[in-house]
Amino acid sequence: MLQGPVVIAVSFCYLALLFAVAYWGDKRADQGRSVIANPTIYALSMAVYCTTWTYYGSVGRAAVSGVGFLPIYLGPTLVMALGGFLILKMIRTAKANRITSIADFIASRYGKSQLLGGLVTVIAVIGVIPYIALQLKAVSGSYDLIVGYPALIAPKEGSPVLADTTFYIALILAAFTILFGTRHLDATERHEGMVAAVALESVVKLVAFGAVGLFVTFVLYDGAGDIFRRALEDPQLAKLTAVAADSRSYATWFSLTLLAGLAILMLPRQFQVTVVENVSEAHLKRAIWLFPLYLFLINLFVLPIALGGLMRFAGQGMDADSFVLTLPMSAQQELLALLVFVGGLSAATGMVIVETIALSTMVCNDLVMPLLLRTRALALHAERDLSGLLLGIRRGAIVVVLLLGYFYFRLAGDAYALVGIGLISFAAVAQFAPALIGGMYWRGGTRDGALAGLSAGFAVWAYTLLLPSFAKSGWLPARFISDGPFAIELLKPHQLFGLAGLDDISHCLFWSFAANIGAYVVVSLLRPPTAAEASQATQFVDALKTTRPVGSALWRGSADAGELIALVGRFLGPRRAEAAFAAYARRRGVDDAARLEADADLVHHAESLLTGAIGSASARAMVASVAKEEPLSLAEVMNILDEASQLRTYSRELERKSRELEAATSELKAANDRLLELDRLKDDFIASVSHELRTPLTSIRAFSEILRDSPHAPLAERERFLGIIVSETERLTRLVNQILDMAKIESGNVDWRVEDVDLKSVIEQSAEATGQLFLDKGVRLELDLSPAVPTVRADRDHVMQVVINLLSNAVKFAPARAGRVCIRLGRDADGVRVRVEDNGPGIRSEDREVIFERFRQGGDSLTGKPTGTGLGLPISRKIVEYFGGRLWVESERGQGAAFVFVLPAA
Amino acid sequence: MQRSSLSGQRLVAVFMVGCFLFNYPVLAVFDRARSLFGAPLVFVYLFAVWAALIGLMAWVVERRERHERGGN
Repeated sequence: MLQGPVVIAVSFCYLALLFAVAYWGDKRADQGRSVIANPTIYALSMAVYCTTWTYYGSVGRAAVSGVGFLPIYLGPTLVMALGGFLILKMIRTAKANRITSIADFIASRYGKSQLLGGLVTVIAVIGVIPYIALQLKAVSGSYDLIVGYPALIAPKEGSPVLADTTFYIALILAAFTILFGTRHLDATERHEGMVAAVALESVVKLVAFGAVGLFVTFVLYDGAGDIFRRALEDPQLAKLTAVAADSRSYATWFSLTLLAGLAILMLPRQFQVTVVENVSEAHLKRAIWLFPLYLFLINLFVLPIALGGLMRFAGQGMDADSFVLTLPMSAQQELLALLVFVGGLSAATGMVIVETIALSTMVCNDLVMPLLLRTRALALHAERDLSGLLLGIRRGAIVVVLLLGYFYFRLAGDAYALVGIGLISFAAVAQFAPALIGGMYWRGGTRDGALAGLSAGFAVWAYTLLLPSFAKSGWLPARFISDGPFAIELLKPHQLFGLAGLDDISHCLFWSFAANIGAYVVVSLLRPPTAAEASQATQFVDALKTTRPVGSALWRGSADAGELIALVGRFLGPRRAEAAFAAYARRRGVDDAARLEADADLVHHAESLLTGAIGSASARAMVASVAKEEPLSLAEVMNILDEASQLRTYSRELERKSRELEAATSELKAANDRLLELDRLKDDFIASVSHELRTPLTSIRAFSEILRDSPHAPLAERERFLGIIVSETERLTRLVNQILDMAKIESGNVDWRVEDVDLKSVIEQSAEATGQLFLDKGVRLELDLSPAVPTVRADRDHVMQVVINLLSNAVKFAPARAGRVCIRLGRDADGVRVRVEDNGPGIRSEDREVIFERFRQGGDSLTGKPTGTGLGLPISRKIVEYFGGRLWVESERGQGAAFVFVLPAA
Repeated sequence: MQRSSLSGQRLVAVFMVGCFLFNYPVLAVFDRARSLFGAPLVFVYLFAVWAALIGLMAWVVERRERHERGGN
């Protein structure tokens, strides 16, 4: 069943299935129900990394260098760990700027330079063509093998082009790619159907390879242990199970890891599936581990297959690159062989489709369009709709790229094993790394630096890897490698400047990176970035910041909305352009797209739409052709960027300020409330003072008038009246004195004379001073003074004022004749305690604090005659508190009152 | 925000551990003619470390995802 027609029929059925999947995927995308909006499919589409080079070539490399095939997959695994930063930043930048290829990415970073985009495209095409040739070689080789069944050796090549199956394979793949990738033009250059098909292909190749692995390991042999045990018996094979075949193996190992790690970011097809085709940033999370897992699984059986093949075909001179296919064939497993062939076809078509689509976009946007726009500018302006031309260019580019691959295959294909060709491509695209990664993290990189770095790196790559590959295929004399050009020893391409001891890949990587990074950095540092470079640098370097300046902030000029719409229409097709602008107008709140104001934002929108279709550099050129842009100087751009970053700082500052302001406001409100309260208290105070002053004044005036009006009143009467007048005057004086005291204390204007005060003597003196009051009222005063009391730090006169005040209060409320007042002095935990007890009516519990307020007295102040000024207790409390003590009252209604104060001991 | 940057740091740590374990000189330590579970030591070592790294990356990434969902 492995005859040519059957194999061809199966292959076409498989391709038709792929196309059906792609068609379905595109249909679903048009309906807005994306099939690829799924992290697993995203991760599987990244597995387009595994081409026939992996599928057939890994076994070939393992048969030569043992575990040496692994760095190609370990590097990507490690880089995926950084994917959360690096790839996320690439995705976000590409989406924000509508970047559709790696050439556009680099060109856009360095001020939308057409020259740079073109250079990247040229390097990518030249670098990747051997890789495409490799796929053609693998497909045609496996086809020749499988139709030669049951023989295991493929017939030697030598047929003319038109009779060569590979030529037709190239044409079929070109047609297929055109169907997949360029059926219509998309503003974002996304191909959902293609991604779905590629994901399916990834599954197929994994299943097929796994099937061969299981077959070889468990059917041909007795498990992996059996294979390894037998292999270890053969000293030749045992060497393959170690890394260090010789001393330079670790250097090779490292450079291959680095190379593969960079390739996963820089290969045009990887950029396409990872960045351009990414549906949602969230999908990246699963890809971070699922893609390495895929690599892990597909490599698990490589070494067992290689060792198994080497042992089974020992001495037959079989090509290890084809073990995957020849092992099942040798065991007459036709179905499995067919499955393997389809798996290999999957690996090849997946790579070729994605790679050529990516390359065709680059060739069209960054190479052909800029040239066309330059040379035929006027003619292009006359044409209405250019979207057809764009599609044509891309289709042409696909055919050209595949044919170039075919001719490379024809001319150089036999000289190298699969892995050798693949590594040449890896080393070429790795040259993008300094400009791309540097540009994402270093603002200082300039267009000239990137141009210099890329050119230098590419030149060294071409000299140390590409030209030798030509020499090996006979295009150049073999002496070019062995003796150097013109027999100059120092210039030998594999030992440049006499650097020996490295394999050719490590050697190329070292010299090309030295030239590339060196030129990039040095030339970048020669001059400051221009305005365009600085503004783009900010867009790229700050891509992950939450707020960054929008592109429209960096455009100034005038334009006409109608012209802009017409311009976009020429490249996207008028209908699509109108729809895009209508949607934009709705977002801006304008009914009709024609009435849009042609401001910087609209111009920016038009440019980003065009960027999706023709690349950033051409888009800028086209927009500039209809809009009159006033170029910004570097200083102005820096100002705008500074302003934007200052704006960010300011807005953060503003938020902080407003929070502070809120706090201050509530503080102020509290203070204001307090002030209002104090104001009210002051009013109350003044009202109370006036009231208190008026009472004695009224009685003085009344009695004075009586005395004046009745000159003949009896003497006794007049003396009584005069006595009242005198006592009321005294009360008035006392009141005024106390008010002054209070005011002084409250305003802090008292001259305190702080000294060590012996409270015992103070109390005795006070008792003497108030003795007359007690005698008058017939109240007994008892002193209970503990002798061993420490002194206190206080003002003696003021403390005496407190004691006298408390004593006179007590005598005032003690019942006449039966009254008893006791003053005690003692030690307390807090200091020295003075307690004045009386057997008066006591104080109601609700009044116990009130009496310490000014002009408030115990009892019912409305009916009871005021017997004091109402200031004594407040003043006393202030005095005690001033010296760090406390004054309070302990009382029960009907059981007398006890005023207590404590002063801290000195 | 705090958490996601923690995951980022963990991934960078995984990257560094990988670079360390997959290269000379650690690799040379395991690169000797000896077998483990019937397979060459270096083969077992490379695949075991590889699997462990993938497991770690999955753990770091998916854990964060669950947490964020829970947090919403």
